[in-house]
Amino acid sequence: MSQLTIPVGSGDHVMGPLTAPVTLLEYGDYECPFCGAAYANVRSVQQQLGDRLCFVFRHFPLTTIHPRAEHASEAAEAAGAQGKFWEMHNLLFANQKALDEAHLLQYAGSLGLNPPQFEGDLLNHTFAEKVRGDFLGGIRSGVNGTPTFYINGQRHDGSYSAETLLAVLERAASLRQGPAAL
Amino acid sequence: MQSTPAGLQTQQPRAQRHSALPPGTLAPDFTLHTTPDQTVSLHDFLGQPVILVFYPADWSPVCGDEMTLFNEVLPELHRYQGIMLGISVDGVWCHLAFAQDHKLRFPLLSDFEPKGKVARDYGVYRPQDGTSERALFVLDAEGKIYWSYVSPVGVNPGVDGVLKALDSLASLTSPSVETSFST
Repeated sequence: MSQLTIPVGSGDHVMGPLTAPVTLLEYGDYECPFCGAAYANVRSVQQQLGDRLCFVFRHFPLTTIHPRAEHASEAAEAAGAQGKFWEMHNLLFANQKALDEAHLLQYAGSLGLNPPQFEGDLLNHTFAEKVRGDFLGGIRSGVNGTPTFYINGQRHDGSYSAETLLAVLERAASLRQGPAAL
Repeated sequence: MQSTPAGLQTQQPRAQRHSALPPGTLAPDFTLHTTPDQTVSLHDFLGQPVILVFYPADWSPVCGDEMTLFNEVLPELHRYQGIMLGISVDGVWCHLAFAQDHKLRFPLLSDFEPKGKVARDYGVYRPQDGTSERALFVLDAEGKIYWSYVSPVGVNPGVDGVLKALDSLASLTSPSVETSFST
């Protein structure tokens, strides 16, 4: 079974405590409909597990089949630079069919981001290297499509329905003694 | 013959039995159509690593299928001077439509007539299905099999195994070559 080769670090976007007994890490693509379906499931298990779950999202845009995914990832990072990564992340998954530049700017406006800075970051591809870094790390970890999940560092090859995820995460949490050590 | 480092060998799930050609074997040569009027021959690529990706069929109902993934990683494969070739028993017209739809930037070879001959030569034909296994081969610059992997047919094997094999191969043949990613 493939394992996560890049540990969770300071460059990651993390929701929940790093010391949680279980860490769910997703490699995802904002334009991928399967990731869109998984998004709701992740939200569901986050609500049920609360502080027992640490969720991490990394970018894995499949640019040739999803031409707007890369730019959307850069937009999430640009929002993250202004402290609003997760807010943009939520908007992107809620609006997967509207990821063109005009809409990205509109989302930035609705989040109260600094417009010139956000637009400049998109125009200059300030975060392209960060996104590519996520992608290459995913490749090295055996990501084989989107979404791909890792639970406490092990690739999860089963279903990502909310029920299955919850059961697998509960089991992983019960096996983990002490703080998560990805 | 190039030695094969520990761990770099034909990997197969224990429950399945295949006769995929093992590392150290000279890769059987072939000439296959990639378009109705163009062929590709394996011997054309002597002198550089070749990645042969056998897959069961062109069309897959999921995002991020195996060919899409290799397509995304092509720039990294090129850093090793690697040549990427996809092979299935589909006909050239099917390949053309699939490659166009998925914007693939590497050749898809048609192992169509005699059906599956190349897959049989490499020991990865599935007679019960009439398709090949989902199998990966990395060939060295001398045309020998350096690493191979046969995945369960329903599981996309990912690219990590191929990259590790290319890393290992590069370290043997040219230790000074930069092979690690800066991520």
